Amino acid sequence: MKFLEKILHKNESKFEKGGKLEKFYPLYETLATFAFTPKLVTTKGSHIRDAVDLKRTMMTVILAMVPCLLFGIYNTGHWAEVAETGNRALDYWSNCGPKFLTGLTVVLPIIVVSYGVGLAVEFIFAMKNNHGLHEGFLVSGMLIPLIMPADVPLWMVGVATAFAVLIGKEIFGGTGMNVVNIALTARAFLFFAYPTSMSGDKVWLSGNEVDGVSGATALGDLASFMSDKPVFESLAAYNSEYSFCESFFGMIPGSIGETSTLACLIGALILILTGVASLRIIATFFAGGFVMGYLLNLMGGNPYLDLPACYHLVIGGFAFGAVFMATDPVTASQTATGKLIYGFFGGVVAILIRVLNPAYPEGVMLAILFMNVMAPIIDHYVVQANINRRLKRLKTT
Amino acid sequence: MSKEPKEPLFSKKNKKLVTEPLADNNPITVQVLGICSALAITVQVNQAIVMSLSVLFVMMVGNVIISLLRNLIPSRIRIIVQLVVVAALVIVVNEVLAAYMPDISEKLSVFVGLIITNCIIMGRFEAFAMANKPWPSLIDGFGNAMGYAILLIIVSVFRELFGSGTLMGYQIFGDYIAGNGLYEYGYANNNLMILPPMALIIVGIIIWVQRSRNPSLIEEH
Repeated sequence: MKFLEKILHKNESKFEKGGKLEKFYPLYETLATFAFTPKLVTTKGSHIRDAVDLKRTMMTVILAMVPCLLFGIYNTGHWAEVAETGNRALDYWSNCGPKFLTGLTVVLPIIVVSYGVGLAVEFIFAMKNNHGLHEGFLVSGMLIPLIMPADVPLWMVGVATAFAVLIGKEIFGGTGMNVVNIALTARAFLFFAYPTSMSGDKVWLSGNEVDGVSGATALGDLASFMSDKPVFESLAAYNSEYSFCESFFGMIPGSIGETSTLACLIGALILILTGVASLRIIATFFAGGFVMGYLLNLMGGNPYLDLPACYHLVIGGFAFGAVFMATDPVTASQTATGKLIYGFFGGVVAILIRVLNPAYPEGVMLAILFMNVMAPIIDHYVVQANINRRLKRLKTT
Repeated sequence: MSKEPKEPLFSKKNKKLVTEPLADNNPITVQVLGICSALAITVQVNQAIVMSLSVLFVMMVGNVIISLLRNLIPSRIRIIVQLVVVAALVIVVNEVLAAYMPDISEKLSVFVGLIITNCIIMGRFEAFAMANKPWPSLIDGFGNAMGYAILLIIVSVFRELFGSGTLMGYQIFGDYIAGNGLYEYGYANNNLMILPPMALIIVGIIIWVQRSRNPSLIEEH
């Protein structure tokens, strides 16, 4: 650490005004404050001393994503092997090391592309507007790979990331000003631009589909219940393929980091304990999903509608969305009551889209984007209600 | 009653009526009028051109008619009179299109009819033709319709090229089915380009570029 500090300190003069590399000051500033707390001190007014700044917060989120990432890499490796051998019944825990390595060769390039493209766009804007590189992309850059299907072409990741950072964020004024979640913007872009490879019903499209591996996700198979030609005959048949336990631990095909509800919950625990994410949003999001799932059970009619409500919470990107996407402090509701409403309806809409619209097997992304847009309205009415209540109290006394 | 000095047909003022709407006072990017049709019919360049020509016709003829009638129209019912004029012209355009270009007419469907509600046309009637002589009104109509046309065509070029790989129906990026040309190198049609939101985003980007080139267009907050 001392060594790093020395290097940074020694080169500082080069990057400051009048120095040789003045133009690249934002880059230097980013690296320096990434490792050490900034030396800038507020001089005027009251201020709170706290070691936690935006960079430290973002790193906590990254840390919380690590379980998802590691499990995602392994899971990707496993299904890559299944796709290659065509043997769906492959033992999940055998041959761990090579599977992890296979997963790594798939996932790592996606992460590199996501960070590379995103940071390049951010850096151009930072130099143009003469401010430091904002830390917002640190989290988005990791979220994007985690919500991609494993065999998404790398250029798609690049295009989507550039689109999301440019249109989703920089246009509105950079970090902290975006209306909708950046990572979900990237996925939404691919979802609408290249629907054949992104609709959430399949992964491993290029995989070996003839040998009895359809490449379908649980959601895709479930959505087929709504059509004339279901993949499974009954819910019991579905259950033998994707049991609750397997879905909970994430041993099912799906986007890279989203399959494991357990890993997401570990992440949630870290985020809630450190106070980074809001427990209200996470809890109500799950509650909303469960309630909607239960209502659909009451309606009944076909195996998908009869799917026990708790199943909905563990398949697809539901848990991942609830923990990492819906809680994004910039785009979520800000008021305490607003968070409850925001989370609850996020969960409700997610299940609603997922089940009732067969064209969109995965509804979590659209639900969260929808609630992002609604968040300011929710906040507005919560604040107004509070004002009215207090006015009333004033009048009565 | 003093007679005003006769103005040359293409005086500086009249030329400005044409050039201003093309860029710095563009009806779509600066006044933000007529957005709905710009989003709806820019999927293909062909449609955009036909739509632009229709608007050009309605706009120029309508402006002249309103300008001729401007002293006869009672101001309390002027909007209704303007509507009648524009509706009559639109019906003419619609019938001509249906007779001579049935396929394009079918694709444009209601949007030709909806020229009636195009804010640019009503806006120019109200803001210009009601207060100016026929000749400047004709020029003003031409200028604004061209400003509308330019934007429509720019947006539709992007949308058709990247959304379907064609321009005016001709294959540019190779044949999608045969997979030759750019498709051979892995280009994939961007479906988002065909959906209306992308038209909004492209118009937004054009506005962005225009305003960063000409900061005087940026509104004060």
